[in-house]
Amino acid sequence: MTATAAHEQAPPGPSKGPGPGQRKQRRLRIPAKARSIGLPYLLLVPALLFELFVHVVPMVVGIFMAFKELTQFYIRDWGAAPWTGFDNFKLAVDFNQPVGKALLHSFWVTCAFTAITVLCCWLLGVAAAVFLQENFKGRGLLRAIFLTPYALPIYAAVITWAFMFQRDNGMVNHIIHDQLGLTDDRPFWLLGDNSFVALTVVAVWKTWPFAFLIVMAALQNIPKDLYEASAIDGAGIWQQIRRITLPALRPVNQVLVLVLFLWTFNDFNTPFILFGDSAPEAADLISIHIYQSSFVSWNFGTGSAMSVLLLLFLLLVTAVYLMLTSRGRKGENV
Amino acid sequence: MSSATAPPPARTDGEPAKGGRGRSPMAPPTSFLWTRRIFLTLLTAFVVLPIYVMVSSSLKPLKDVSGKFQWIPTGLTIRPYIDIWKTIPLAKYFGNSLVVAGAATVCSVVIAIFAAYAVSRYNFRGKKVFTISVLSTQMFPGILFLLPLFLIFVNVGNSTGIPLFGSRFGLVITYLTFSLPFAIWMLIGYFDSVPRELDEAAKVDGCGPLGALFRVVVPAAIPGIVAVAVYAFMTAWGEVLFASVLTNDETRTLAVGLQGYATQNDVYWNQVMAASLVVSVPVVAGFLLLQRYLVAGLTAGAVK
Repeated sequence: MTATAAHEQAPPGPSKGPGPGQRKQRRLRIPAKARSIGLPYLLLVPALLFELFVHVVPMVVGIFMAFKELTQFYIRDWGAAPWTGFDNFKLAVDFNQPVGKALLHSFWVTCAFTAITVLCCWLLGVAAAVFLQENFKGRGLLRAIFLTPYALPIYAAVITWAFMFQRDNGMVNHIIHDQLGLTDDRPFWLLGDNSFVALTVVAVWKTWPFAFLIVMAALQNIPKDLYEASAIDGAGIWQQIRRITLPALRPVNQVLVLVLFLWTFNDFNTPFILFGDSAPEAADLISIHIYQSSFVSWNFGTGSAMSVLLLLFLLLVTAVYLMLTSRGRKGENV
Repeated sequence: MSSATAPPPARTDGEPAKGGRGRSPMAPPTSFLWTRRIFLTLLTAFVVLPIYVMVSSSLKPLKDVSGKFQWIPTGLTIRPYIDIWKTIPLAKYFGNSLVVAGAATVCSVVIAIFAAYAVSRYNFRGKKVFTISVLSTQMFPGILFLLPLFLIFVNVGNSTGIPLFGSRFGLVITYLTFSLPFAIWMLIGYFDSVPRELDEAAKVDGCGPLGALFRVVVPAAIPGIVAVAVYAFMTAWGEVLFASVLTNDETRTLAVGLQGYATQNDVYWNQVMAASLVVSVPVVAGFLLLQRYLVAGLTAGAVK
């Protein structure tokens, strides 16, 4: 296919006289073409092997495990664990029992956390990228500063925040209590209801630069003539942002929001470093919850069932989202 | 910070503001300048605050970081930077992280180059299925793979004696779960943006398909490859979940090892901050040096 395409394009291209060049090319083409039937597959073999080992096999095993009674007794030989059918799933979604109730709670916590985090990251990312689109003194420096949270290893960043949120020696309480006098006492940030706030702040801090990076890359694709033409027509900068920049970001936004949603919903690192393996109830994100059910309570079967439910939920949301956004796009573009 | 001296108002035709990257030939109104100034100042404060805490606390003696927070350190000391290497075997963790992240980067880049070249340049059965399944793995929660990989590693170890569990090799394989799909996805876009005529011409000149790939396509796609490598290295360097379950004392990476500064009675916050800074500097420096490639790579690959 590629070979023939190039072949058709070749004559008008170099235009060295169609005669000898073309004949020589054809002679070289044939073996390459014969080879190229198997070649793409050969090139894919390493990727396929690793994908198989790293994604397909674990996923099959994971789904399989969800139907087994897999406790610490069967870790050494999980094939021997008794088959339990849908019991693990029933346990996970029985919202009147403690296990199901806790899972439902952590699901809602994760939804709230994801909604706030994605919204904040998107707003900050777009605003920063739009404001840095134009050249001014210090732009490069600001850009480097804004990208630093994204580059920092996540544990270094989150540990620093954990230090800042310490009750007695942290910076946050120093500002709020000692300097501004906003609270009567020094609040705990990593325990109780405040932990949700702490978690969200940290997640926004380290995730928004990704939105910034993507939007910044997208802005470079907007043709400059658009701005110039609109300026000649008398459009101010605010109008340009509203009528040119933001609409041009639309297709990128759709991908960006989806990626931010998936990452945030699956976020494990932030709560794990901030709180350890059992997060406070107000900040019990679903991946920590599954981790705890599996590796702390040693119930891998239930943990797997929860993972599978989580995956189904994410698949559903992604499918609905892609359907909605692609329909919207079709209607618009004509 | 943001200069108020806007480009001269002379315009009407052609020339945009200085530097050629400006957006509009008109001087922005003050409402825009002030919004920008206030927004950027607040955002900078938010971003810089933890970095300041990290740097300043790493230079304080233990009694200062254990007491009330001080904006300006009083007893400056570089002691924490010396002690971090003794309190925990930081050098060993550093080495482990370097080996694991480096190997994961090399593997994912090399594998992705071949796969992306196949997808970008050839038509074959199953091409669409392959790209879609690669893309969709992005959405899978890491926790979904953690449990099975843990069990597989334990069982493979028991039955064949290959020590996947607790080994650096096993960790490298798991890190490909994050970096490989992204690398393939982004390189496809990047290779697509390299004109086909280039490698077709190389083939006409006698290169085989692999010759064309390595002599023409790869050099032309260097920014994209650098971007992918940076991303792969960063994710592996910062990964916590798999590292905390799949490593042992010998193979522990920085992500897990840093927790060692918390003892029963006290957390050596000054050392924690010093160590965080030390492990951050290489990646942040590398990232900031290469970030323009990352933006270029994203522009060609992901953002279209």
